[in-house]
Amino acid sequence: MTDTDTDTGTTAAAVATDLQDERLRRRTGVKGALAGGLDRIRGGDLGLVPVILGLVVIAIVFQSLNQNFLSSANLGNLLMESVPVGMISLGLVCVLLTGQIDLSVGSVSGLSSAITAVLFVNQGMSPWLAVAAAVAGGAIIGLVYSQVFIRFGVPSFVITLAGLLAFMGVQLKVLGKDGSINLPFDSGLVRFAQLDFVPGWLSYVFVVAIAAGLFGTGWLGARERRLAKLSATSTAVLAARSVAVLIGFGAVVWYLDRGRGIGWMFVLFVVLALLLNYALTRTGWGKSVYAVGGNVEAARRAGINVNAIYTSVFVLGTSLAAAGGVLAAARLAAANQSSGGGDVNLNAIAAVVIGGTSLFGGRGSAFSALLGILVIQSISSGLTLLNLDSAYRFTVTGVVLLLAVMLDSVARKSRASHGRA
Amino acid sequence: MRQPAAEAPEAGTRGVLSLRGISKTFGAVAALADIDLDVSAGEVLALVGDNGAGKSTLVKVLSGVHAPTAGTITFQDEQVTISSPAVAQRLGIATVYQDLALCENLNVIENLFLGQEIRPTRLNSVAMEVRSWELLRQLSAKLPTLRIPIASLSGGQRQTVAIARSLLGDPKVVVLDEPTAALGVAQTAEVLNLVERLRDNGHAVIMISHSMPDVRAVADTVAVLRLGRNNGVFPVRDVSNEDIIAAITGATDNVVTRRAERSGGAAPGTKSDTVPGGDTPPGEDDPS
Repeated sequence: MTDTDTDTGTTAAAVATDLQDERLRRRTGVKGALAGGLDRIRGGDLGLVPVILGLVVIAIVFQSLNQNFLSSANLGNLLMESVPVGMISLGLVCVLLTGQIDLSVGSVSGLSSAITAVLFVNQGMSPWLAVAAAVAGGAIIGLVYSQVFIRFGVPSFVITLAGLLAFMGVQLKVLGKDGSINLPFDSGLVRFAQLDFVPGWLSYVFVVAIAAGLFGTGWLGARERRLAKLSATSTAVLAARSVAVLIGFGAVVWYLDRGRGIGWMFVLFVVLALLLNYALTRTGWGKSVYAVGGNVEAARRAGINVNAIYTSVFVLGTSLAAAGGVLAAARLAAANQSSGGGDVNLNAIAAVVIGGTSLFGGRGSAFSALLGILVIQSISSGLTLLNLDSAYRFTVTGVVLLLAVMLDSVARKSRASHGRA
Repeated sequence: MRQPAAEAPEAGTRGVLSLRGISKTFGAVAALADIDLDVSAGEVLALVGDNGAGKSTLVKVLSGVHAPTAGTITFQDEQVTISSPAVAQRLGIATVYQDLALCENLNVIENLFLGQEIRPTRLNSVAMEVRSWELLRQLSAKLPTLRIPIASLSGGQRQTVAIARSLLGDPKVVVLDEPTAALGVAQTAEVLNLVERLRDNGHAVIMISHSMPDVRAVADTVAVLRLGRNNGVFPVRDVSNEDIIAAITGATDNVVTRRAERSGGAAPGTKSDTVPGGDTPPGEDDPS
């Protein structure tokens, strides 16, 4: 955005340092911003556009088939349901960005559900200690993966496929003979995942804070750029963006508050997605992750500790998978032999890819996990409302995943022919 | 044809980097055997040699990609071990690789500052962009914008970005692996200007090149490698192209002189602009 919607009208004398080339097409204002965005999409730089369009299509189709789909109760529930797998997807984003994959996230989340339940219920530990132990267990698994990957050069595909099976076994062992452990409904963990909703007034405060924060950081950034004689987003565009966010998110909150509102668990998920987005886009670590995914040899020669980057993404991937497992157990109020099994694994991977993170590495964003899991969960919720069983859910999700990867490949070709990465 | 490597290029300069007895073997293949090399501050050393002479291997030893099998490296009067590219960078040896080693999915600024971001915990994108423009304007780079991925740039533009990146850490020694091979006429001149500017700023420059005019234009000293061994170090002022080519090919009667005789007896020095076996620079490199 920052390239096109520039503030060139104020001072005719000095052209910003980054706009002096005569080959640059000048575009100003909101119209220019839209035209620039259209150009990028034609060039194959799709960003989050396909997934947002997909969500709209899904909403229209299911709403026309069942008018409960867009009810506040169903939407609120859908948001909560998407958090556990969404959490797993968040970690997978990092792994996929480096061009690697983790196929064992489902098993790791299942194992973490089991550890939490056993330590909390059977051993009588404090729930938070149990959660910490489960997440730490996930981190250790990631550490083992990365060491095998770095030292022996085994493809991550194979390592994590082995992990998929191995940790499924460990999960069964941890659960023991019963095979199922219920978490007490009055525990904080279960309440957090099922019953804790943000009070209405606080939701509006959040919306205002987000809009104000967006404007504030945008304005400060623009001022810094103007002082450095670079082009900057005009205050009008910044204000328009913040007002759009205020109205859009405000409307969503108002609508969800007709039902039960927004769960704290979903807030936690969004906060983690924002943190990861910051880490990926605004830190040296994030740039290194993209660099490793783009050209690992170039990254190594640039002095990046490539092994440390691989270790960090594998550990982050399995830790967040473990956190997702904890939340899944809390949401279900139980851990059993099928925790983390079934379609959890592929849903988590599909969500990231549907959200626009490339399987080829080096391209994607933290928000792809957030939006991708909403697509998956919407399909699942819509089909449940239509009383269609998991046979249909598996098939539809599979088709959507294939469409997403096809779109990724087509966009790649288009980028190549338009001279973009 | 072997000559002692004992030229002290200029009085008053001191050696920044000296290699003694550097060898590198890959299995049964000795890519480098017993290489000696010296370069001083404010000196441009051209490293020439036929394909397979070991130039690129030597560059990789200097930049920490390959560890030498034997030999010592002395950098600023201290014996050092260059165990990784990061170590080379910290010492102040910057390398521009032939394949440029850029990340195509990242934009120009991100590539310039890759691995050496300003304020890594909260990237100072403004400072990095300003510094990028400074650097690239200084190199007269013709880039319309810095916020496009490297994949969108032409070969010459990529070369410029790679050279600009090597200068960020204020290195003592800059190693350029065939910097002009893919460049157009104007950009070649710009790169040569840049090499001179580096020398005038007191950098030591090691430049691998196949192009005799480029070597003659900017180099103070020519070091010839042949089949992984030293084959002579000459001050550029006192040496003819024939001598250099003879050192490269290993004989005074070689394919270049024979070709020159066939085509009318002109001296190879005036006729052949390119060293045998070298890649002929592809012609134009206009971004538009």
